[in-house]
Amino acid sequence: MLTYDLVIIGGGPAGLAAAVSAHDNGISDILIIERDKELGGILNQCIHNGFGLHTFKEELTGPEYAARFSRQVYDRKINYKLNTMVMDISHEKIVTAMNHEDGMFQIQAKAIVLAMGCRERSRGALNLPGYRPAGIYSAGTAQRLVNMEGFMPGKRVVILGSGDIGLIMARRMTLEGAKVEVVAELMPYSGGLKRNIVQCLNDFDIPLMLSHTVVNIEGKERVEAVTIAEVGPDRKPIPGTEIRYECDTLLLSCGLLPENELSRSAGIALSPVTSGPVVSDNLETNIDGIFACGNVLHVHDLVDYVSQEAAAAGKHAAHYILHGKNTEAAVAEIVPEGGIRYTVPKYIRPTEMEDTLTVRFRVGSVYKNCSIVTYCDDVQISRRKRPVMAPGEMEQVILNKEVLAKYPGLSKIRICIEES
Amino acid sequence: MEKRELTCIGCPLGCSLSVTIENGSVTEVTGNTCPRGDAYARKEVTNPTRIVTSTVSVSGGKSPTVSCKTEHDIPKNKIFDVIDALKTICVPAPVSIGDVLLADAAGTGVAIVATKDIAASED
Repeated sequence: MLTYDLVIIGGGPAGLAAAVSAHDNGISDILIIERDKELGGILNQCIHNGFGLHTFKEELTGPEYAARFSRQVYDRKINYKLNTMVMDISHEKIVTAMNHEDGMFQIQAKAIVLAMGCRERSRGALNLPGYRPAGIYSAGTAQRLVNMEGFMPGKRVVILGSGDIGLIMARRMTLEGAKVEVVAELMPYSGGLKRNIVQCLNDFDIPLMLSHTVVNIEGKERVEAVTIAEVGPDRKPIPGTEIRYECDTLLLSCGLLPENELSRSAGIALSPVTSGPVVSDNLETNIDGIFACGNVLHVHDLVDYVSQEAAAAGKHAAHYILHGKNTEAAVAEIVPEGGIRYTVPKYIRPTEMEDTLTVRFRVGSVYKNCSIVTYCDDVQISRRKRPVMAPGEMEQVILNKEVLAKYPGLSKIRICIEES
Repeated sequence: MEKRELTCIGCPLGCSLSVTIENGSVTEVTGNTCPRGDAYARKEVTNPTRIVTSTVSVSGGKSPTVSCKTEHDIPKNKIFDVIDALKTICVPAPVSIGDVLLADAAGTGVAIVATKDIAASED
């Protein structure tokens, strides 16, 4: 059996940053396993700009951002295998993988970083009614076809879901000569950034219909028409509000789901809210020596945050390999309350944590003029005003080791939204 | 006097801005909650610009296309002219990030540069 100190599952932004960080923290025996034909993950198809403002203080396109990290991997001579699919991860950290050159093989790792990313919610998961013809794509599939393979998926397009990929693809398809009829969004607010609504829809006079969903798909061989209708507060279609669009393509941009089949079969505890692993402040899962970062952990809106989180995971994995684990450390739970859906991490070890810890989370709906308030058990330790918070924008609280040290025996850190 | 309605892109608040224009110059911006909204509205009304990203065909490469961008922002009303200009060119592999693929895109004076490395095909 092959052995490596650290095996990283996935060579996208999370896997690359984790590898570089683990290397810089004293581990050189690393293997990155990537299923695609090149490193960089989904960034390779995100050819639009806007990446890296936090990390590099400039606006890069997706492929440029990926190249900054893959070059760091090449410079450090970190090993990687492309076109390689991981089939299984065991509790004992044995990774089973396969590719065309090596066939099936196994690797015993001292530590593993999960960096598999996420995938798009499919038509099947959305329960869309109607026929099942060709011409229905996830927005990301269409993005790969247009930007990497050089194919246009269609000429007249309806888009369901106003997530950023859907908005970006509305512009991209328009630039390549397609007519985008409408973007329909089930919720009463868009899941995408304001900037994308202005620059991808308004610039090209593409209508955004909020509180609308698809109620019929026509066409036996190929999509011929899509009907959308307004939905009420219960998100059920309102009869009589239907609008029919003749088109040949339906793109779906209805949310992303962390890809955790491998984690589940390894016995890793998953959060029902994020669908990602439940982790501690060092991004370690419930299995010793298995860490998680990036979109497999929870879906991020900025790749810069993925890189930061993954660098932390790489550092903690290196620490685990070099120094083992203090299994005696006290653990406190971070409890999301009052409109906060979840936090990553979920657990914190006040004596073991870094000097500061960034806790990231999302809110459940739009909040205006509220504050994010943090309590140690029942004592308020921080309160920060936020003029506006929305589910589409990740929020954060920074916890300080010195502050937490004032509360010996701490069992719960509560983070909640309160009116200002 | 002309009035234009805009959505500010400065932050998630997305203020609805109202811009008053007289004789081609901005006289008033309302609806903004911070100075960024005022600056955005003035630029957007008088000289809107965008970075354009797209792809260009590649011959003899490991990939059939290479992603690219305008090196600087270009006037918004030139977006489609730039896209049309990109459809007429095909660059030979290898291509490196930063390579100039088109020196002057559609008379804007702005270059198109590659945003990805494309190696030459092995066969």
